[in-house]
Amino acid sequence: MLFTSYGFILFAAVLLAVYYVFPKKYQWTLLLAASYLFYAFSGLENFAFIIFTTVSCFITARIMEKRKQNEDVYVEKNKETLDKEHRKQYRAKEKKKRFYILLVGLFLNFGVLAVIKYTAFALRNLNSILKLFSVPSVDIPDLLLPLGISFFVFQSTGYLIDVYRGKTYAEKNPAKLALFVSFFPQLAQGPISRHADLSGTLYEPHSFDAKNLKFGLQRVLWGYFKKLVIADRILIAVKAMIADTATYNGIYVVLLILLYSAQIYADFTGGIDITIGLAEAMGIRVKENFNHPFSSRSTKEYWNRWHITMGSWFTDYVFYPMSVTKPMMKLSKWSRAHLGNAIGKRLPVYLATAVTWFLTGLWHGAAWNFIVWGMLNCLVILVSQELEPIYRRFRERFPKLTASYGYHCFEATRTFLLMGLIRSLDCYGNVGLTFKLWGSIFTKMNFSKCFSGQIFELGLDIKDYVILAVAIVIVAVVAKLSQTGDLREWLYGKTVLSWALSSVLLVLILLFGAYGIGYDASQFIYTIY
Amino acid sequence: MKKKIFIGITAVLLLSVLLFALQALLVPKYASNPEGLLTGQYYDSSLSHDVIAIGDCEVYESIVPSVLWEKYGIRTYVRGGAQQLAWHSYYLLEETFRYETPKVVLFNVYALKYGTPQSEAYNRMTFDTMKWSASKMNGILDSMTSDESIVDYVFPILRYHSRITDLKEEDLRYWFSEPENMTDNGYLIKTGVIPMPESDPIDAPPEELLPESSMEYLDKMRVLCKEKGSELVLIKAPTNSRGYWWYDEWEAQIVDYATEHSLAYYNFIPLADEMGIDWQTDTYDGGLHLNLYGAEKFTEYLGAVLSEHHGLESQKGDAQASKVWDGYLKDFENKKKQLEDIDK
Repeated sequence: MLFTSYGFILFAAVLLAVYYVFPKKYQWTLLLAASYLFYAFSGLENFAFIIFTTVSCFITARIMEKRKQNEDVYVEKNKETLDKEHRKQYRAKEKKKRFYILLVGLFLNFGVLAVIKYTAFALRNLNSILKLFSVPSVDIPDLLLPLGISFFVFQSTGYLIDVYRGKTYAEKNPAKLALFVSFFPQLAQGPISRHADLSGTLYEPHSFDAKNLKFGLQRVLWGYFKKLVIADRILIAVKAMIADTATYNGIYVVLLILLYSAQIYADFTGGIDITIGLAEAMGIRVKENFNHPFSSRSTKEYWNRWHITMGSWFTDYVFYPMSVTKPMMKLSKWSRAHLGNAIGKRLPVYLATAVTWFLTGLWHGAAWNFIVWGMLNCLVILVSQELEPIYRRFRERFPKLTASYGYHCFEATRTFLLMGLIRSLDCYGNVGLTFKLWGSIFTKMNFSKCFSGQIFELGLDIKDYVILAVAIVIVAVVAKLSQTGDLREWLYGKTVLSWALSSVLLVLILLFGAYGIGYDASQFIYTIY
Repeated sequence: MKKKIFIGITAVLLLSVLLFALQALLVPKYASNPEGLLTGQYYDSSLSHDVIAIGDCEVYESIVPSVLWEKYGIRTYVRGGAQQLAWHSYYLLEETFRYETPKVVLFNVYALKYGTPQSEAYNRMTFDTMKWSASKMNGILDSMTSDESIVDYVFPILRYHSRITDLKEEDLRYWFSEPENMTDNGYLIKTGVIPMPESDPIDAPPEELLPESSMEYLDKMRVLCKEKGSELVLIKAPTNSRGYWWYDEWEAQIVDYATEHSLAYYNFIPLADEMGIDWQTDTYDGGLHLNLYGAEKFTEYLGAVLSEHHGLESQKGDAQASKVWDGYLKDFENKKKQLEDIDK
């Protein structure tokens, strides 16, 4: 059920109406039923996967917590007889056992994800190798990819790791964990929530609060505006350019980079607005996933502002743990000794960064373009890091210039274009083709052709471009204003203005949204990951 | 708090009015394509008819109610529609029976060849101006193509929103009014002439027989007419006089069906010469449809059949009916003259 379908809007409206008349104590059970119903629309066969994740994580977490409790009881009981050293040894031994239990839980869940999502990719690559040796190829199974599996597996495994680390508790009620895993607004495209953040607000009773409802619905409207007016309209031109790269190269690659950047921003942030807004309307606080990413002045900053929950997942559960593993420590020690302090200090960090970005790319999709996308992001971040002393000296040499608004704009534009360029790998879906098209920007001189009318052959006419331009300006202005404070709070006391703006927004969506017959009903881009 | 509630209610009301007005602006006005208005124009008729004709373009381009009145005193309404498929016809007929019970229901069988929904555009032409009822709801549900949604019919602004950048002068002119009714009780007057070209008839058999799904709706119409006490008469209008596209196999199917259920069936294709139809002057599109002159000839012939074989008596003795229908006749003649003047 797409967020933009009539079915979903009806579903959400009915749920909201029922939610506040439902006994507060059991509101969470209603959410669970709604989440499972939502998931059922994606195909009943998908249930096996989400149930497997829920059950395996429930059992794993419960065992880990039980062992931890037993450990604490044992230490407490024997605090007279156990000296500090023995206590430490006992705790270390128990921790190791819990770690193995954690590994089983992680293995089960990542195993399912790996098989479902990456088998075909692995076999395709294997077949390419076999072909080199004239060995018959292996059949590639057609496995179904359950809705949101990358999101719910990551959220659930994050929960397991947090239970292991003692950052959250193990749910005693499997139904509550089932809700955490399947909470429908964020099931398809995140954010990837942490149990410690979401559980309280998810399970607690919520009284009707007009402000929550109003704020939530305003945000939902805003999400639909971005998705339907901008993202789905741009999609038409982006699709046309991807479908015929023989014609649409050179300047069109630049156009695609610009349009796709606007599309994915409007699509993904729009979807997240709907998610967070819908949850907010029910009194549930879901973590923000974006923080004005296109105002970022560096790639590193960009990744702290874009898909924040995914980035922090990889940082907390991959990068940091990997950086402090024994082999990494050994590598650090060895490289400092053999390669010098400068390289020795960097090597383990760079390795951990590379692995993290490799996995981030792989998480986005089982294809080489995603892996290359991840590695290019890694490269840009590491190069920026290496160039930091030069930047610093430049800032010190020209403090006025580098502190100016114009210079900030230059940095933000540079980051935007760089990220857009790398992101185009996602669009073209083929590494070789993408590199070739990047080259065509400098070799194909089709600028005049593009702007002498061919731009209107992409499925969008002048009116569409005007609508897009106005809508993008509205989004940019709202984004700029919201950097200084919550616009909804500012509007809250101004009832007439608030109603007027919400009504205008609704009318704009209804009139200028790219939906219905004549437009392809498109999924949110991140639901495919 | 009270103030906030008042503002909220006022805002919702104003928004509803605005959306209603925008919806009225955006829905197609069909001023230059009057086929889209045919369904709705029925409600403005006298709603008391001896004959109701249903079916596709072959009925609204072939049967002239004013001729039937003038020559035979028969009050007729043509509830035809562009590519009106069997299920469209059924639900229009069902709705018609809510308003009146005609003595005879004429159904043109040509559209039975379609077994599945064909086009959103024709669904829209049938249902957009139909009044809301269970018949309309069920009709839409049974007619929708895979892209369509019932929600778009309930709130047409959702379907037609993209017209906002493509509005025409007629959208403003007919924002809150309807274009002039250019039909004669459902008959769409066309006076142009494009002769039928010389070509060989198709010898090959049809790719498939009349599908079960459409035949089911024919049967539903038969049962409905029986329940309501109306006589269902099947016709095949005289288009494509050499028998193009109306295959012998389909003909046999209809004949069998009519025989099985004791229904009258008239295939007027072979009778075109007898009616005096000249395919060089009596068609406006090379033989696919009759023009006014062909339709007048056919209607006169049809009227004789209805009077002689289906017990339809002249209503000219009814003063009130005469007043109304003589008015329609006059109106028809004016429209005819108007069109002929334009043609000249």
